[in-house]
Amino acid sequence: MSAYRKETTPPPYCIDERMKIPTESPVLHVASRGIAPVIMLIGLYVFFHGHYSPGGGFQGGVLLAAGVLLLRMTLGVTQSQKLMPTTLTLKLSAVGALIFAGTGLVALLCGGNFLDYHFLPVWFEPVYLRYYGILFIEVGVTITVMTTLIAIYDDLLGC
Amino acid sequence: MSMLQNIVTIVLVIGGTFFMLVGSIGINRLPDFYTRTHASGKVDTLGIIMFLSGLAVHQGFSLNAAKLLLIIAFMAFTSPVASHALSRRALLFGMKPWYGHGKDKS
Repeated sequence: MSAYRKETTPPPYCIDERMKIPTESPVLHVASRGIAPVIMLIGLYVFFHGHYSPGGGFQGGVLLAAGVLLLRMTLGVTQSQKLMPTTLTLKLSAVGALIFAGTGLVALLCGGNFLDYHFLPVWFEPVYLRYYGILFIEVGVTITVMTTLIAIYDDLLGC
Repeated sequence: MSMLQNIVTIVLVIGGTFFMLVGSIGINRLPDFYTRTHASGKVDTLGIIMFLSGLAVHQGFSLNAAKLLLIIAFMAFTSPVASHALSRRALLFGMKPWYGHGKDKS
């Protein structure tokens, strides 16, 4: 963002000083602050419907990342650090990959194949065990996709 | 009931396709960036709203119609904001608007 502000010279017909700042549009502020929670809610909906309708972890993660990146672009990088800090993104990405691979390795250590949910050491009915096993895997996929996309765009924004 | 539903659906869908066609012709034919964002921001929004409300009428009183109404609200909110952001960034970047055939030579 800082590199972008250096490039833009203020146009001569721009009278108000505050209009020179690239993120100072009240329409964009209000609209993005209204839209971004809706996008994240649709992301969670897509994520929880991944079992029996189009959707899943990847699509839900992309929608959650889109909600964060919309605020990154409209409010600015420094204003939206509270929502998802830049220093936290790659660590959360590693945590998501650990959830995915760790579930598979726990099933492997408890006597089954890799990602065989029937052998997970949790006492559920076998049907619900598979259901929540898939949901837990999808949690890892969602966290990894969301934070990796945010990290890529943060790198492009230069922070 | 079903007859009236079909008539309303056909009218709304044909109106929506007409407005979307007008918006596409406007994007191709208009002379300037700002007028093109005007075409894509207003006319396409109206076309999508009419098209999706026609589909909601065709669905009847169900959950899918409610989802279509949510999509209509989302599109009516986001599409003008997107064209506003595009044209505002172009104006701040220094792109001159089109003032007519005779005036921009001077």
